[in-house]
Amino acid sequence: MNTTTTIAVTINGEGRQLDAGATVLDLVAAATGREIGPDGRPADGGRLGVAVALNSEVVPRVRWAATPLAAGDAVELVTAMQGG
Amino acid sequence: MGIQPETRTGGALSEPLLAADPFTVDGVAFGSRLIMGTGGAPSLDGLGEALEASGTELTTVAMRRFSPAEQGSLFELLVEKGIRVLPNTAGCFTARDAVLTAELAREALETDWVKLEVIADETTLLPDPIELADATEQLVDRGFKVFAYTNDDPVLARRLEQLGAVAVMPLGAPIGTGLGILNPHNIELIVARAEVPVVLDAGIGTASDAALAMELGCDAVLLATAVTRAQDPVRMAAAFRHAVAAGRLAAQAGRIPRREHALASSPMEGRAQFL
Repeated sequence: MNTTTTIAVTINGEGRQLDAGATVLDLVAAATGREIGPDGRPADGGRLGVAVALNSEVVPRVRWAATPLAAGDAVELVTAMQGG
Repeated sequence: MGIQPETRTGGALSEPLLAADPFTVDGVAFGSRLIMGTGGAPSLDGLGEALEASGTELTTVAMRRFSPAEQGSLFELLVEKGIRVLPNTAGCFTARDAVLTAELAREALETDWVKLEVIADETTLLPDPIELADATEQLVDRGFKVFAYTNDDPVLARRLEQLGAVAVMPLGAPIGTGLGILNPHNIELIVARAEVPVVLDAGIGTASDAALAMELGCDAVLLATAVTRAQDPVRMAAAFRHAVAAGRLAAQAGRIPRREHALASSPMEGRAQFL
């Protein structure tokens, strides 16, 4: 993995620089501050309660580890908030 | 006074009646017929107390962008309280957005239940019937269990049921208005023809509105604002808990017919004669 260069992506509407080769799983782990296993579940056995859409397509958690991000990707990272 | 019997509590008598009559949707039974949404609460602590006081076992949430500052605490609160989550598609104006939001909710919260909300505009927040029917069909195809938030239109409610919705949820009045049930006759028509549970959703202002919904034959009531924006949310949540139970019991008890003239309940025979 080449970690010396970065790519520009958009996360929840904000521009961010990520290491080239970063996967969706890396992104979710960084955003939530939790260690996540290759199955997309928290290593501590709890529940994460988040989901990811990459360029308007849902990426199931089992595919996070195998989904690399590319320059220009738009990521939506969502969770449950108060609502009626 | 010595001749009064010992006090008996009504709760002890009504609890078995309510327990024997669960609210069942998609094969899942709930002891409470009140679905309290989480929208509009100023703090999570207050929300937790109100949810507790409402006795709800199912609650709605919205899907929104993750913010590290808030870090999923609502989800954790609901998991901790053992309240099942019904994610909504609030804020979606098209079938496409609603389907994508439902997919995200299924992935994030690991439930195939979704409260489908496809609104037409931000002034009325009324459902867009065309997009709603389209989204219902798409979601049912994708294996979702659709709780369709709908207008109080008996024809549309029937169509949504035919498209595979597991529950239809007609509005009493537009979201957040607290105007109560504006067209009780339509709600009765929806109930009379539905073969899936009918949940009165939106427009509830106070406890009597919820009791009326149940008396009209609804299977459950969904509300959020009426509790979360009340001056004392915990007290109002408790009021709704009782109102929904009271309305249900009344609906099943068989009310007396309305009469034009008075009908004495005390017998006329055997009165004392005063000279």
